Amino acid sequence: MQLIYEKSMPGRTGVRIPLCDVPQAQPFPEALRRKGAAGLPEVSELDLVRHYTNLSRRNFSVDTNFYPLGSCTMKYNAKIAEDAGGLFAQCHPVLALLPGGEKLVQGPLSLVHGLEQQLAEITGMDEVTTQPLAGAHGEMTGIMVIAAYHRARGDNKRKYVIVPDSSHGTNPASAAMAGYQIVTIPTAPYGDMDLDLYRAAMNDEVAAVMMTCPNTLGLFNPHIAEICAIAHEAGALTYYDGANLNAILGKVRPGDVGFDVIHVNLHKTFGTPHGGGGPGSGPVGVKKGLIPYLPTPRVAKKEDGSFGVEAHPEGIGRVSDFFGNFGVMARAYAYITLLGREGLIEVSEQAVLNANYMMARLKEAYDLPFDKTCMHECVFSASRQLKDGVHAIDIAKYLIDRGYHPPTVYFPLNVKEAIMIEPTETESKETMDAFIEVMLEAAKLAQEKPELLHEAPVTMPVGRLDETRAARAQQVCCEQ
Amino acid sequence: MGYCPNTPDDIREMLAVIGAASVEELFSPIPAELRAKSFDLPAGMSEFELMRIMRQKAATGGADVTPFIGAGIYDHVIPAAVDHLSGRAEFYTAYTPYQPECSQGTLQALFEYQTAICRLTGMEASNASLYDGGSAVAEAALMSLRITGRNRVVLDASVNPLHREIVRGYLHGLSAEAVEVAPAGCACDLERLMGSIDAECAAVIVQNPNFFGSVTDFSALAEKAHQSGALLIVSCYPIALGLVATPGEMGADIAVGEGQSLGNAPSFGGPYFGFIATRKSYIRNLPGRIVGETVDKQGRRGYVLTLQAREQHIKRHKATSNICSNQSLCALRGLIFCAAIGKKGFSDLARLNYDKAEYAKAVVSRIKGVSVLNCGPTFNEFTVSLGKDAAPVVERLLALGVAAGVPLGGYYPGMEKALVVTVTEKRSKEEIDRLASLLEEALCS
Amino acid sequence: MAKFFTKEHEWVEIEGALATVGISEHAAHELGDITFVELPQVGKSVKQFDTLAGIESVKAASDIYAPLSGKVAQVNSKLEDAPETVNESAEGEGWICKMEGFDAAELGALMDAAAYAEYLKGM
Repeated sequence: MQLIYEKSMPGRTGVRIPLCDVPQAQPFPEALRRKGAAGLPEVSELDLVRHYTNLSRRNFSVDTNFYPLGSCTMKYNAKIAEDAGGLFAQCHPVLALLPGGEKLVQGPLSLVHGLEQQLAEITGMDEVTTQPLAGAHGEMTGIMVIAAYHRARGDNKRKYVIVPDSSHGTNPASAAMAGYQIVTIPTAPYGDMDLDLYRAAMNDEVAAVMMTCPNTLGLFNPHIAEICAIAHEAGALTYYDGANLNAILGKVRPGDVGFDVIHVNLHKTFGTPHGGGGPGSGPVGVKKGLIPYLPTPRVAKKEDGSFGVEAHPEGIGRVSDFFGNFGVMARAYAYITLLGREGLIEVSEQAVLNANYMMARLKEAYDLPFDKTCMHECVFSASRQLKDGVHAIDIAKYLIDRGYHPPTVYFPLNVKEAIMIEPTETESKETMDAFIEVMLEAAKLAQEKPELLHEAPVTMPVGRLDETRAARAQQVCCEQ
Repeated sequence: MGYCPNTPDDIREMLAVIGAASVEELFSPIPAELRAKSFDLPAGMSEFELMRIMRQKAATGGADVTPFIGAGIYDHVIPAAVDHLSGRAEFYTAYTPYQPECSQGTLQALFEYQTAICRLTGMEASNASLYDGGSAVAEAALMSLRITGRNRVVLDASVNPLHREIVRGYLHGLSAEAVEVAPAGCACDLERLMGSIDAECAAVIVQNPNFFGSVTDFSALAEKAHQSGALLIVSCYPIALGLVATPGEMGADIAVGEGQSLGNAPSFGGPYFGFIATRKSYIRNLPGRIVGETVDKQGRRGYVLTLQAREQHIKRHKATSNICSNQSLCALRGLIFCAAIGKKGFSDLARLNYDKAEYAKAVVSRIKGVSVLNCGPTFNEFTVSLGKDAAPVVERLLALGVAAGVPLGGYYPGMEKALVVTVTEKRSKEEIDRLASLLEEALCS
Repeated sequence: MAKFFTKEHEWVEIEGALATVGISEHAAHELGDITFVELPQVGKSVKQFDTLAGIESVKAASDIYAPLSGKVAQVNSKLEDAPETVNESAEGEGWICKMEGFDAAELGALMDAAAYAEYLKGM
């Protein structure tokens, strides 16, 4: 398909801008003016609409395809949440910071506060900030809060953060951005972080341990309370990566188990759309002793029941300009409010049921490195298919031809040829059955006609793309 | 109630396949003592009831106030096509385009977005967006540390105070330092900025127009920075780039900014997107996702996420940044905004902002006791002294439904009388005249 | 002189005052199509087995460790524009850098070609 710039015609104009109802000013000083207009497209509105409508059709999405992308929780995004989020489009955040401005924005402030309360109850934490704009941003914020806590106690020798090798890459990257060195603990044969190695690595130079539970293998680690206790004994804090919270809604609260800090991904567990890679939202919850270090400002409920914006002087400062990705927060608030207590419990129960069903039906055809009850996702290995020269990526590409977005492949890194399937609770048994049939067919093809898998996909606008060429050429924008 | 489709029969059949007696049994890996101690949330409700609550909250959201405020977030027109096209479910319910063959829609759009950002800023390489303007400035600062191997940045204090706070937070963890240089009145103090660049300085960070609305030529600063092996980072306001000389033209090494003005509503603080663009030679040091062009086996052109080996999912703690998500959908809105307004429209829009702000500057400065504090040119924002404490005046006008501007006292001690006034293309002459008369009333009574 | 190898798959070959460093053909093959070599700064001093340089393919990134202590004297700047040279000739044209000021005694901690071949068999 042509680029919008290639459809551009000199002199063609699109949408009209408002008329000028004031006298024209003196020209802007020549020396400070840009030389020539920016090379933006010159297209009619219809050309524009066709271009982006047709582009959109080159995407798989939750609304058009089953999208069992492990670790990403690609559940249905409720339409009513879109409507609810859109209601606040015209609210200007700076109003809240003006003298006397709080009065005018009580609605959105009450929503921020309400969502913080909801998330605190769901995670078992004492207070929540909604400022972080994505999961990784939440991780960085959480680790900065932990650093501030240690610093305030004069405990300056802690320079390490422990992560298991199955963690999301963002965990070590976020801790490194907050200034820590990383200690990685391998996964034991039983599928969880090796407890003995962890115990040996823990000491008074460790600031925190970051855990994902269920972990990226979809397994619930029964030792998490012990892991927390070991950290606390050494004066370290415990961080819970809430990426997989969908599995345990209403069943486990990280705060009850001994975690001090958590981030949650509103765009995973709480059903806000992923938008092709964002916007997300990564609120952070903490236990009482860490509240002073949350980012400034805080939205507080006053004695008269109204809401105010308060400076939080001991905090780590600001991590974003205002109160977070409010539009995303409003959608999550709508989702939680709509589902309510029972609805959220049903989410985790059905997510776990669907994942176990998927695992039970596929384990005949695919190797299952850890054959035990999984939580919200299951991780297979294509190592059996590899004997016939078929890789996980070949199976993934074949699924595309059959109209399915592939599962996550090659993650977690500690499983060879990993295929990580997360069906989510919003998919029906029939949808999963149809997908399972195609997966079984792919396993059969791997033995009988592996070349069909190697050639896939053949039904898309493009086949497999030359990523090496892209990385070497670094062509990242259209030449003028 | 919820969105779970399985019927009781489905559930029975699935449990039979799994070999479990109940759904509860599937949670048996969780020891009893780890179970939730509480889950005290209200019961759910229907869409109808939910929307009643949400509408009530939105009704007290200040949407009816006439905003002459900016501070980084601006009230601009959004063409109808932006909502309609970005609202295509194929865009907004897709994930990050890890599987390029079934994600060409998102990938090509991001490639077009990167092109728009390069052309607006006059730079050579853009990423696929960052979280917001503040984190973009911070990421640019970190990028300069990586490129130069130095440990200090010089930060002009007329950069948005909220952004500076974010930069300080990001640098703090890495034991790097931000040295702030106070402005001279409302203008950047170029002499002192130049004087602060030494052999330890990784970058000097400025904003154009600055927080007071003043527009500056940073060409000499760029030259001075380069002589010392430092970079120039310019945070810019994208609408102003329709008129004002670009960071690229001034010799900047990194251009960043808040992208909200490009087709994203104020929405009480987000979601927006940050943009970052640089020279081609620094492309590997860019944080976040980058889309690149390539071909398939048959030579058909396509787009992929490229240079991924810099990123956290491969390099883990050695990654250029921890960023995983970008703000894809907001960047898409920015792109569609640019394409809908178009080449000529974008210049006209910038000119219109300038004309309206100049008109407002003239009528407001006619009020007794009011004086404009910017010595040089401004774009669509300017700073006035009201001759008395600005905060109570702003509060009084707010009660009348007009946000007259952002009082500076809270951000710049000693500037309690100053007010930054923003005038976008959406403010009519009538609204501007009303602002002036309300200000006059408030000041002269 | 002959090549010596590290467990991390770097090789080094001493010729007079200079020691040429690269990655083994095995390593180049394992990485796949190489897209970028992060060359060290000339003049950089490293200890044996410290990080010396970096190398990336589409889906992987690896550190290159110094097989000997010493100072970087030259880098193979051809790799800046043609990183694929490492795939084509990892143990020849695709060398990474040359080091000086090393102590040949440190070779004792490395494997010769035969030992390295055995080592690869055991992986």
